[in-house]
Amino acid sequence: MKRTVFRNRWLPYALVAPQVAITLVFFFWPAFDSLRLSLYRASPFGDRLIFIGLRNFERLASEAAYFRSVATSFVFSFCVTVVGLALALLLASLANAKIRGLTAYRSLLLWPYGIAPAIAGIVWLFIFHPSFGILPWLLSFVTTYQFNWFLKGWVAMVLIIVAAVWKQFGYNLAFYLAGLQAIEKSVLEAASVDGAGPIRRFFAITFPLLSPVTFFLFTLNMTFSFFETFGLIHAVTQGGPGDATSIMVYRAWKDGFDGLQLGFSAAQSVILMIVVITLTAFQFRYAEKKVTY
Amino acid sequence: MAADASGAQVLAGTADIVQVARARRRVDWSGRLAHAILIVSVAVIAFPLYYALVISTQTLDQVMSLPPRLLPSTNAVHNYIDAWTRVGMGRLLLNSAIVALAVALGKIVISLLSAFAIAYFNFRGKQFVFWMIFVTLMLPIPVRIVSTYQVISVLGWVDTYWGLTVPLMASATGTFLFRQFFLTIPDSLAEAAQLDGAGPMRFLWSILLPLSRANIAALFVILFVYGWNEYLWPLMVTNSPNMRTAVIGIDSLVPRTSQLPEWNVTMAAAVMTLLPPVAVIVVMQRWFVRGLIETEK
Repeated sequence: MKRTVFRNRWLPYALVAPQVAITLVFFFWPAFDSLRLSLYRASPFGDRLIFIGLRNFERLASEAAYFRSVATSFVFSFCVTVVGLALALLLASLANAKIRGLTAYRSLLLWPYGIAPAIAGIVWLFIFHPSFGILPWLLSFVTTYQFNWFLKGWVAMVLIIVAAVWKQFGYNLAFYLAGLQAIEKSVLEAASVDGAGPIRRFFAITFPLLSPVTFFLFTLNMTFSFFETFGLIHAVTQGGPGDATSIMVYRAWKDGFDGLQLGFSAAQSVILMIVVITLTAFQFRYAEKKVTY
Repeated sequence: MAADASGAQVLAGTADIVQVARARRRVDWSGRLAHAILIVSVAVIAFPLYYALVISTQTLDQVMSLPPRLLPSTNAVHNYIDAWTRVGMGRLLLNSAIVALAVALGKIVISLLSAFAIAYFNFRGKQFVFWMIFVTLMLPIPVRIVSTYQVISVLGWVDTYWGLTVPLMASATGTFLFRQFFLTIPDSLAEAAQLDGAGPMRFLWSILLPLSRANIAALFVILFVYGWNEYLWPLMVTNSPNMRTAVIGIDSLVPRTSQLPEWNVTMAAAVMTLLPPVAVIVVMQRWFVRGLIETEK
């Protein structure tokens, strides 16, 4: 805490007022309203709300489609995170040497961070295009299997995973490279003198020492793939084919805006809220405590 | 003893030399491997953008040709003009720029002020305000989809720049970043300012603000990219094509199954949409890296 404080009766309130006002109106009010709405359903003409208790949640719990959407979300987020991090860590460890031009490489790796997930998806959609895309064309030399994501759910899933991993990849790689450079070379040399091979050295020393970076990237990629990939789904697969790529956020939006089932969508928002709270709690429980009150 | 010691030294010396020599040879190899891996990574990462750029210069026949053409062609001007006129790209990019700038600058101002209040004043309810800001971390847009739209329509902010920007201006990250930074500034500065008769606002303006320049730049890059690329929010609060931002506005150019596969036009629009945020990152590289590290703390 600061020792020096200014004294003023009303100024601090004026200073926090804009932030508090926006937080109350656009965060707290809608959040509480989501909680309230989740207990209602709209009447057939949409003119009034009918209280139905926990019926929306019962419906979610009994609907196979919702469980599929939950599973899809977790498979998607997990694949994006694990594939992305594993690949980045592998390449970063292989590329970990004192070389010149690291800053230049970093610049060349980081720019895809600026591309919107939706735009990344559109570009990859064409690369995957069953008739004109370069990827199915290349694969047609190896196999006769039709990699048509319009028809095959798992290909559509691979498409959005690849697009998301691509967008995040340079970023993950840059962070791992920086983390590796920070590890004391003497520790690794000592282990090497003691006869530990490169793989042993990696798992016994490098990986544990990198765990803060891994943890940070893990939460970041999970949050990204869970909550910031709506545009990717909306612009590329629209949840399809069928509901193969219909992640939870997309479903909540679709039921609310397309289906106009306000209460049902709000109930899904409440479930999402629980996911965020869990992720945040996880982050603060296992990370060193970085926020002090 | 003395001989032993010097012998050991000599031994250590030779060991050093051997190690240095070995290290030199090893560094050479691992260095080459490192360069190779990084160059391949950079190329793989760059390929989709290259492909998009190339497609955006081709004619429809070339787009549809197999094997795919990987070299630029001559139809660029035509495609870009086509994309520009079909979706009203000028308006879309203008909207995106307004949203990105307003969100970035608004958020910076708002979080600077509240961080200043929290770091430099004692006031009743401070804990509560801090807690409130913290909780916003747990309320991203997807968890309040329907209700937020209702709030916006109650305010009459659907299809307005107010609706597109103001709700995105509050967040915990900026406030925490500035507060953290203010706590590292020595108290003596504020004391000196007070002795010189400067009020709190004067202190904020003449001392804190210049000191925060690097943090402001870092946050600006992150927030500009965030504002430009936000998808769900503008999709919810706008109905008229005039108020859409570029990332959602170009959606109608993506050929669906039954349409003419004019991917050259689509890619032209995609390139125009992705260029501004990428340019901001490239130009403000130094602050961007700093911002990435700071905002995630």
